[in-house]
Amino acid sequence: MISIRDFSREELEYIFDVADEMESIYRSGTDVLRGKILASLFFEPSTRTRLSFETAMIKLGGGVVGFAEPDISSVKKGENLADTVRVVESYADVIVLRHPLEGAARLAAEYVNIPVINAGSGAEEHPTQALLDIYTIRRELGRVDSLNIGILGDLRYGRTVHSLCIGLTNYDVKLFLISPELLRLRREFLEEVKKKVEVVETDRLERVIDKLDVLYVTRIQKERFADLAEYEKVRGAYRVDLDILQRAKESLIVMHPLPRVEEIDPEVDYTPHARYFDQVRYGVLVRMSLLKLILSG
Amino acid sequence: MLSDSELKVRKIKDGTVIDHIPAGNALAVLKILNITGREGHTVSIVMNVSSKRLGLKDIVKIEGRELKPDEVNKIALIAPNATINIVRNYQVVEKKSVTLPSEIYDILSCPNPMCVTNANEPVTPRFYVDSESPLRLRCHYCGWFLEREDVLKQI
Repeated sequence: MISIRDFSREELEYIFDVADEMESIYRSGTDVLRGKILASLFFEPSTRTRLSFETAMIKLGGGVVGFAEPDISSVKKGENLADTVRVVESYADVIVLRHPLEGAARLAAEYVNIPVINAGSGAEEHPTQALLDIYTIRRELGRVDSLNIGILGDLRYGRTVHSLCIGLTNYDVKLFLISPELLRLRREFLEEVKKKVEVVETDRLERVIDKLDVLYVTRIQKERFADLAEYEKVRGAYRVDLDILQRAKESLIVMHPLPRVEEIDPEVDYTPHARYFDQVRYGVLVRMSLLKLILSG
Repeated sequence: MLSDSELKVRKIKDGTVIDHIPAGNALAVLKILNITGREGHTVSIVMNVSSKRLGLKDIVKIEGRELKPDEVNKIALIAPNATINIVRNYQVVEKKSVTLPSEIYDILSCPNPMCVTNANEPVTPRFYVDSESPLRLRCHYCGWFLEREDVLKQI
């Protein structure tokens, strides 16, 4: 599982149906994957994605090996990714890979005969995050079709955004891409998305907030701006607080891949709009579904 | 009657004539074909001669070597209208246009500095042809687009 492009709508829906079934197992655990090993290879720091995959595997009765530091011994010694995954292939039944380089998961998959799951490849893709994001929409609003979905923040460098936009093209949605000019969606993704769904690009959340059913918020990183004054200018305009939500539909859900810094006011957590902590739980269900389908059919 | 271009470079006995190269791109064509001049073949290059079809064009003649379609098709990256003439005993025995292959290997690298193909990995960059006109390639690994200017920069 390298890219969200690998999935048709039917396959997405099947993964989500199995994720629904995982709800009860999530509480009690099972041993359906006993004896199976997941190798969790995180060349970049990660808390949520790594813990989510490892939790999913353990809940299904499997084991986990791996590392969570970019400073690991083999990399320090200069071993390349192709060699690392070929070594790990002998230990594990599935590899979950987070890597700073784009295309890393595709390369890894070409070198091994066990499944590779892309847990984030540079600024390129984060397909399992997209799965859990779409699953969250389906669970919380009962459908994905015919929704107005706003995606706010750093659309250029945000890998979760890239995978989410592509994943949503399997549905009949209208996308509102809300970002400063500098951080607009990369051209190769934008063109692909525009071929399949209606897209509105804007730099003002207040212009579209009343139309949205879903608002997906991502962080704008200070380091993307050459000029800090430029950053200070835009940062307030992309902050979601109670004020702006007064203009939103009552049923609007606000999502975020986390970690959140200051782009969503903590007061929003206590409104019926907030869904970002539910996303985390749905993430485990979706990853359980994926691991079960990959490793036991 | 001999045409202008034929007056400038004599006919070859055996080999390959690549005609209708966009003006100024003959050297780039040779680079793609990996013809350095050190192989020993006589290579003639005519640049910026007039052409009915292109206004101005370049021509490359390689004596004593018949290029195969597989090796020549890559030049469609920069010379999509080129024609390949195989010459035997002063006669053109085969005339073909070039067709861009659906995948490009070997000659290009990915311009995305964060692409895994630019790291210390044992991997050959690979590109799919998204569009021939205007030229657009997509990196198999990271998905980045390469356009004609990106290709020219590398050749």
